Amino acid sequence: MELTQEEKEMLSGKQGKAVGKSMEILTALGEMFGAEKLIDVKSVQIAGVSYHNLEEAGLEFLEKMAKDGKVKVFTTLNPAGMDLEEWKKLGISEDFAEKQLKVIDAFAKMGVKTTCTCTPYLIGNRPAQGDHIAWSESSAVCFANSVVGAYTNREGGPSAIASALTGKTPEFGMHLDENRQAAVEVKVSANIESFTDWGALGHAIGEKAGKKIPLITGIVKENADEDKLKIFSASIATYAGLALYHIGGVTPNETAMPSESVEVTQQDIENSKKFLNDAESVDIVAVGCPHCSMNELKKIAELLEGKKVNKEFWICVSREVANEAKKQGLVEKIEASGAKIARDTCMAVAPLKGRFKGLATNSAKAVFYGRGKNDFKTIFCDLEECVEKAVE
Amino acid sequence: MELKGRKIFGGKTGGEALVTKDGISFYGGIDPETGNVVEKGHELEGQSVAGKVLVFPEGKGSTVGSYVMYNLKKRGKAPAAIINAECETIVAVGCIISEIPCVDKVDITQLKTGMKVEVDADNGTVKAE
Repeated sequence: MELTQEEKEMLSGKQGKAVGKSMEILTALGEMFGAEKLIDVKSVQIAGVSYHNLEEAGLEFLEKMAKDGKVKVFTTLNPAGMDLEEWKKLGISEDFAEKQLKVIDAFAKMGVKTTCTCTPYLIGNRPAQGDHIAWSESSAVCFANSVVGAYTNREGGPSAIASALTGKTPEFGMHLDENRQAAVEVKVSANIESFTDWGALGHAIGEKAGKKIPLITGIVKENADEDKLKIFSASIATYAGLALYHIGGVTPNETAMPSESVEVTQQDIENSKKFLNDAESVDIVAVGCPHCSMNELKKIAELLEGKKVNKEFWICVSREVANEAKKQGLVEKIEASGAKIARDTCMAVAPLKGRFKGLATNSAKAVFYGRGKNDFKTIFCDLEECVEKAVE
Repeated sequence: MELKGRKIFGGKTGGEALVTKDGISFYGGIDPETGNVVEKGHELEGQSVAGKVLVFPEGKGSTVGSYVMYNLKKRGKAPAAIINAECETIVAVGCIISEIPCVDKVDITQLKTGMKVEVDADNGTVKAE
């Protein structure tokens, strides 16, 4: 890989140890994947924020990088393991909270905007079409590539930090147009309308088309608003491992029609929904995976009006969107029902194992992590039914 | 026997080979406190990777795995070196931040558990007997 004079100096440690380590990571990845050069990125999203995942050594690594590392581009953070202010109401221990706040302090020292959300594109870190960025968080990567038309690989936590501290990423994979073409047409004959339809579609495509970039056809544009594409991006990233998809007449990237095709039928969608449902009863309801938008919060407030919840009910959201919702009186309305606004965190990264057994959610991604990390049984249902489950 | 590969992260070290044909997910697949493989049904389930020259085709799973490798290193439970058929980003980044010598593009079918292995990652070579 060709490095500029400045990049060579960065690698040699002349701009500090953190920058040197960062360049080691970026050049090694570049060499591995045959990149010819490093390119500048406009923004960074860092995953690996919950202390639950990082543990002591992860925190130590971050503190080491924060000693002399400062971000060179706008950088935001993935959800943490708790609401950074009201963690007590979510049942988080003092010890965990102390460690989690140290993680946030290390990022703050690097100059990272410590908004903890998987939807940076809803709170001001929204790239333009054609921008090169270095994002981790698989759902946000998929949304940025597919819906916004930005260019990013699926970064891990440390490689995203490396890009933040240098402003650079190696040019390979999703940064090159030739790797962004559809490889399979997915003809959807099923009716895809609700959130759970979209979540199930992500799972069904994973089953039928594997890791090939799909061009999805047969979707009605009016049924593909941003909230639905947000939840679909999370599902297809989880179940198909994809960083990019195309939807005919909906997404902005250009692609040729592939010769291979598969069909997703109504039966496939029903099968996926069946797979995502295995609980008989629930003791926690959680929505906002990815984090809720204002529109979703409005709908939740309407559905909860005049009701009392009888179970733990988490509504996961970024601090920014929650603040905006507070101004409109939505937070008050939602909390009056006994539901909890969980800011900065979510059901996938908070330490919930052992506290609950059955999860109801409208997110196919939350089903995957609820089962894998927390041993939950799951009910996969739309928002209206989630609210019913919470109040029954 | 000498095998030729490609440097992912440099360093010279040696140890006993622990070889598997299964991919390894450090996050969820290996206990960061003990270094034991805990993935159900994994060929190495119940065995410790600590101090071994760990040989596997490629990494898999969550990118958080890089931090698990760092945790293992800090606890003295990390492998001495890693040899992959095809290294991917999780293991590569994990080796770089944890400073574990790593070589890939090696014909790992030549290596057997229990062999004495010397890894010269700077030159991308592996000697085994």
